[in-house]
Parts: sequence; structure tokens; C-alpha cells
Amino acid sequence: MTALLETRGVWQRFGGLIANSDVSISVGRGEIVGLIGPNGAGKSTLFNLIAGVRPPTQGTIWLDGEDVTATPATERCQRGIARTFQVVKSFETMTVVDNVIVGALVRTTDMRAARRKAFEVLEFTGLAARADVMASELIPSEKRRLEVARALATEPKLLLLDEVLTGLTPLEAQTGVELVRRVRDTGVTVLMVEHVMEIVMPLVDRAIVLDLGKVLVEGKPADVVRDPKVIAAYLGDRHAVGS
Amino acid sequence: MHDVTHAIRRRRDLIVAAVLVALAACVPLFVKDVYVQNIMVLTLMYAGLSQSWNILGGYCGQISLGHALYFGLGAYVTAILLTKFGVLPWFGMLAGGLISALIALALGYPTFRLGGHYFAIATIVIAEIAYLLFLNWDWAGAALGIDMMVREDSWLKFQFLRSKLPYFYFALFFALAAWLVTWWLENSKWGYWWRAVKDNPDAAESLGVVVFKSKMGAGAISAFLTAIGGAFYAMFVSYIDPDAVMSFQFSLLIALPAVVGGIGTLWGPVLGAAILIPLTELTRSFIGGSGRGVDLIVYGGLIMLISLTRPDGLLGLFSRRKKEVAR
Ligand SMILES: Nc1ncnc2c1ncn2[C@@H]1O[C@H](COP(=O)(O)OP(=O)(O)O)[C@@H](O)[C@H]1O
Ligand SMILES: [Mg+2]
Repeated sequence: MTALLETRGVWQRFGGLIANSDVSISVGRGEIVGLIGPNGAGKSTLFNLIAGVRPPTQGTIWLDGEDVTATPATERCQRGIARTFQVVKSFETMTVVDNVIVGALVRTTDMRAARRKAFEVLEFTGLAARADVMASELIPSEKRRLEVARALATEPKLLLLDEVLTGLTPLEAQTGVELVRRVRDTGVTVLMVEHVMEIVMPLVDRAIVLDLGKVLVEGKPADVVRDPKVIAAYLGDRHAVGS
Repeated sequence: MHDVTHAIRRRRDLIVAAVLVALAACVPLFVKDVYVQNIMVLTLMYAGLSQSWNILGGYCGQISLGHALYFGLGAYVTAILLTKFGVLPWFGMLAGGLISALIALALGYPTFRLGGHYFAIATIVIAEIAYLLFLNWDWAGAALGIDMMVREDSWLKFQFLRSKLPYFYFALFFALAAWLVTWWLENSKWGYWWRAVKDNPDAAESLGVVVFKSKMGAGAISAFLTAIGGAFYAMFVSYIDPDAVMSFQFSLLIALPAVVGGIGTLWGPVLGAAILIPLTELTRSFIGGSGRGVDLIVYGGLIMLISLTRPDGLLGLFSRRKKEVAR
């Protein structure tokens, strides 16, 4: 069976800067895959390419065995890719539940069904009590969860999480880790970017390390953290390893 | 449970609207003064116009300062069809609406790709070009305009010699229709798409919202309704020229009630029109006929003042107080 997601020889140039060079990764169904690497490694760039924000300079992206390289972001969402943003992008003048309804409307035009779906997802993500609050009034950790909730409401096959656990208190991060596990248990495949290894390593089935735009190492979390190349890449980026 | 509160809120809005319409419908029974009736007609008309503007400018966040174009088109199409082809204004009205919607789509195709301020500027420029075209278009009466010559009272031709009442009731119907359309759309896929596009187009796209299509839809509906208002105005004043229906001041007057009352809200345009239009009409008769330039300065100043100090309008003031009480 083909992988759920595959990038084949993906390059992204910004003028003279090469943010991704020859990146080929694959994510299988039901996996939680961690995409890690020091700051500026090109993780968010790769994310944006997978989500369809822009087409790669070179290379192809495959979802479910279909070439989606030229498919715009909107349609990729319809096809089952949902994402969060590293810098949260809530709909600030809308309530929490209305934010989530926007996501749910990808699968239905029936407002009752969309609303029901939204409350289901809010329940699942622990935001139900905040449903009628304006998104602008949420605290940062809640905004992160709203991003996840909104994405889940689109009923994705593949969920892309960009640093959703970074900057949370240990307790909040733990709740987040459990949420990601529960998401996977509902059958959603997860590709998550994290900068801080310590948080994600216990969570992911497989880790892909990106450095200077290239895939550096790929494998079991336990092996990856001990890999000298990874340690070298993270040197000078101290607080990313320990905390 | 939340499902229920949402449904109750929506039903409450509907009941409030029904009560307001019923009350408004009774007012002419007691108020016979023609000058006051005139102000009431204009207030209702601008409530409907601003409600229409609010769909694109408020909900979808695409600030148009060129709605005089659609207002004028509605007026001109109706007037030309009536005087040149003998088409009844009821059909002229629909034709004006449809033509305006089509033009909104054609104009939206390039302009909806523009960001923020550039879009607003483009709408001003386009409306001004249209104004100049009509000013020089001989077949459409050029600067002299079109006189619809009222000879008798007729519902068929929607012309009345003395009574303002038919106009009043049509304006009431128009305001209600625009409100109902908004009420209905607010809780539809379109309404949610629009607000998502306004708040954050990138996030909207990532959630499957077709941003461009959302804007086009909002533009077409907004233009259609605005043109209906323009068609009504043409019949109401029975004589039109470019200055009387397509000048920049209409763009401001259409946007202003929504901005003052609460942009992107269901009740904002109604509240804003109820306060602003009587006020502007009174000051206009106070200052006298020369007041056009002054009007523009006052409107422009108001828009700036409000967007700087109270971006959510008067309704925002109200809901903020309610929140403080709840605490
Ligand atoms: N839109 C862009 N235009 C120009 N350069 C960019 C853009 N996005 C990212 N970059 C650059 O690409 C590199 C990788 O960035 P990014 O993917 O955000 O890294 P990471 O998410 O791994 O921290 C950085 O040097 C960044 O400055
Ligand atoms: Mg990043």
C-alpha cells in the first residue's frame, strides 16, 4: 500500500536562500511522525508546501497515491489535509464554536450538522466550556487547542501540527501530548513539527530530522536522539535539547 | 444545549424585527407631516442600503467606498427602461439589480485580489469613472439627467403625485428584505465563510474556504440589493442625474450607518441609519443647499473618528456594557 503522504525530491528556494533541498519523506497511515530540527531548518517551509500554501520550486507531493503538487490549499483541505499555524491564526471576531464551525463546513452545508460537529470537536479538545467566548479572549494555550479543534472539524486524514506544544507549561504540554494520542486513536495520521525534542520524542512513532533544509536523519526516536549528527546539529541550540 | 441558545438568539432577532416593522408601519398613521415622512423614507432606505453594503464591507471585510456605482446603476437602469422602453419599474428594478450584480462580479474579478486599502481605493476610482461616463453619456441624459414625469398615481408605474405613503411602505419593505437576507445568510455557509475571510484569509483557506468565491458572492449579493435601493430612489425622486444618484457622497452615506452602528453586525446598519439619517437631513436643511461639501467632510471625519476610537460601532458599546454587568 502506498504511503498517505509522500514528498519526492522537494526543493524550495526563496531568492538565493534554499529553505528545502531535495526533501523526500513519507508518512504512513495511522502514524505519528515528528519533524524536528533546529530553528530555521526549513520545517515550517516544508509544512506550507505540504499544506499547499505554495507549490514547491521543484519536486512533487503525493497524497494517497495522487499527485497534489499543483492543488491549492483550499482543495487540499477538502482532500483531507488539515493544519495548524505556528503563529496562531484564530478568527478573532468570532466565537470559539463559530471558529470550529468554519472547519466543519468543509464536509457539510447543513448548519445544524456543522454546529453539532463543532461541539463534538470542542468536547474532544476540552474547549467546550469556552464555546461562546470570543476567540480573541482565549489564553495562548487555548488558542493552540482551538487551532487543533478547527483543523479536526474538517475531518482530515492527515493532521499537520506546527509547534503546537512549544511554549506551553509542562502540564499544558502533557495535556497536548495526550490530545495528539487521542487524535491518532481516532484514525487520523499526524505529522508534527517540534523544535524541542524532549517533548515530542516520547510521543512520535518515527522522527525525521531536518537540518539546513535537508533530511539529516530519520528513524526511531530513541535512535535519533542519540545520533551524533543530530546532536551536532542541535549544538549551539542548547535549550532545544534540554529544558 | 448550546444549539438551543443559538436558535433562541436567532428567533429573538426575528421577533424584534417583526415588532419594529409593525411599529414602523403604524407611524405614518400618526405622523402626517410630509417633511418628517420624507426623512423616514430616507432613513429606511439607507438602513436597507447600508445593510446591503454590510454584507460585503462588514461580514466579508471588503471595504467598498464605491457603492454609489450600484446605487446609480439601479436608478439609471430603472429610469432608462421606463422612459425609453416603457418597462415597468418593478421589472426595471430587477434588471438593475441583476446588471449591478454582474458588474460587481466583473469588477470583483480583478479587484478582489487587491489587499486592504488598495481595494477601497479601487472602488472609489471605479465609481468615479462610472460617474464621469454617465455625466458625458448623451443617450442616458448626460448631465441633464432623466425626468420620469409623474402624471398620475399608479402602483403599476410606482409613481405618486402627492402621497409619500407608498414610498414609505416600499422603503420599509426594502429595509426588511435586506435585513432578512442578512439574517438568513448570517447563519449559512456563506456567512461563516465571509467572516472567516475577513478575520484571516490564510486560515480560512487552510480550512477549505474558497476565499475568492466568498468575496465574489458577497459582492454580487451586496450590489444586487444596493441597486434595488437605487431603483427605488429613482422612482421616489422621479428625476435623476449623475450627481443625484452616483456621486461620491452616496458611497459614504451607504457605508456610514453600518460603520457607525456596528460593522459586520445584523443590527448595526439599522441602528446607524436611525441615528445618522435624521441627523444629516436636519443639519442639511439647517445649513441650507450649499452644504454639500460640508456633508462630505462631516461623513469622512465620522468614518475616521469611529474606525480609530470605536471600530465595533455603537452596538459594540452596548455589548461591552452588557459584559461588564454580567461579570
Ligand atoms: N516566505 C519566505 N520568504 C523568504 N524566506 C523564507 C520564507 N519562509 C521561510 N524563509 C526562510 O527559510 C528558512 C527556513 O525557515 P522555516 O521553514 O520557517 O524554518 P523552521 O520552521 O524550521 O524554523 C529560514 O531561513 C527562513 O528565513
Ligand atoms: Mg517553524
